[in-house]
Amino acid sequence: MKPAPFEYYVPDSIEQALDLLREHGAAARLLAGGQSLVPTMNFRVIQPEVLIDLNRVGELKYIRDDNATLHIGAMTRERELEFDPIISSRTPLLAEAMPHVAHPQIRNRGTLGGSLANADPAAELPVVMLALGARLKVRNLNAERWVDARDFFVGMFATDLAADEILVEIELPATSSHTGWSFMEVAPRAGDYALMGVAALVTLDEDRRCKQARLVYLNAGDGPLEARAAGTALEGKIPDVESIDEAADLASQKDINPFGNLHASPEFQRHLARVLTRKSLKLAIERAHEDL
Amino acid sequence: MTHSYSITVTVNGISYKRSVEARMLLSDFLRHELGLTGTHVGCEHGVCGACTILLDGESVRSCLLFAVQADGHSIKTVEGLARDKDDLHPLQQAFWEAHGLQCGYCTPGILMTLVPFLEQNPKPTEDEIRHALSGNLCRCTGYQHIVDAVRLAAEKLRD
Repeated sequence: MKPAPFEYYVPDSIEQALDLLREHGAAARLLAGGQSLVPTMNFRVIQPEVLIDLNRVGELKYIRDDNATLHIGAMTRERELEFDPIISSRTPLLAEAMPHVAHPQIRNRGTLGGSLANADPAAELPVVMLALGARLKVRNLNAERWVDARDFFVGMFATDLAADEILVEIELPATSSHTGWSFMEVAPRAGDYALMGVAALVTLDEDRRCKQARLVYLNAGDGPLEARAAGTALEGKIPDVESIDEAADLASQKDINPFGNLHASPEFQRHLARVLTRKSLKLAIERAHEDL
Repeated sequence: MTHSYSITVTVNGISYKRSVEARMLLSDFLRHELGLTGTHVGCEHGVCGACTILLDGESVRSCLLFAVQADGHSIKTVEGLARDKDDLHPLQQAFWEAHGLQCGYCTPGILMTLVPFLEQNPKPTEDEIRHALSGNLCRCTGYQHIVDAVRLAAEKLRD
């Protein structure tokens, strides 16, 4: 298995990368961590004529805390997110999800921006971005624009990015007070693609009523999938066993649309979603109580 | 028309200057250009972990990097562990003593995965060891002895 020949460019600024992208258009692919792109090239599933390697664009690597709003450069490695104290204190949901992203050897190379632009429905990071209400900064040579995470993922391995655009930054809003979180998934082996997974973010009010509940699933549709009926059902209630069960039923039976795969039928995936929803809601609510 | 790119890479402390095609995988570069065949090639799509090496001290899959990307970087392969054949690295010695290998195909990748792991976790639990090994497949399925070897290696490295 060897990749087909390609031309290789290694820009050292965003400007240069955008120039190359405009010059080569659809013939070019951007190389971030390469942990999904290179296997598909090794299999010759894709044969890009031009590869633009972003690994030496230093201005795409940063984690900045701006009054609790986080700004993360698109080429920040997954392993850095896993261990950065800013991430664990500001967005513990993201920190909790990181060890589930493949293996350490993969996370040493894989990047946040690369995972989001790849838009694999089985990936953890798109799910976490939706749960956190991330905004993504996208640039071409002439302009920049911001896209909400929920508008960025438009289908299986498909995003809102145009051929001349680069995802440059991810902005995570400050977490509201009285908020609890949880990330859980079920995979055949640690680091494997999960059969089902969920990110839960629950905000309570002073009276312990649920102000907002966001549940987002991986492998539950053609992209990261938010269970809106389940989330809405919880809002305004003081969460108890009954309302958590109701949300788990709604999420697993109504909201999600799993396709099944070699290891799990859609029915089994729905079963996993129900169990994971119950467990993750329970933990997220407990954590929200600790924050009251 | 394929273009060649000139790269300089430090491998196990020795600097090599070579000309490579962009599509050459780092794993093939180490094996075929430098003759360092200790790095094994299993699946070539990032699943088996046999080709794990250290890039600037961090464990990575060498089949998921192009050699051209390693330009200016420092690499360590399994050949860089032992000072000579009678003076093994404590990790290698532990694998020897605890029968941590059968056919040996996965061993170089496992060793290179464990070097940074044991530096960061000098006293790992069995659960942590199994997690650390989750990205490396042993086709002989000899995991029990591998786990024993890691435990022994951790002891040796602490002494």
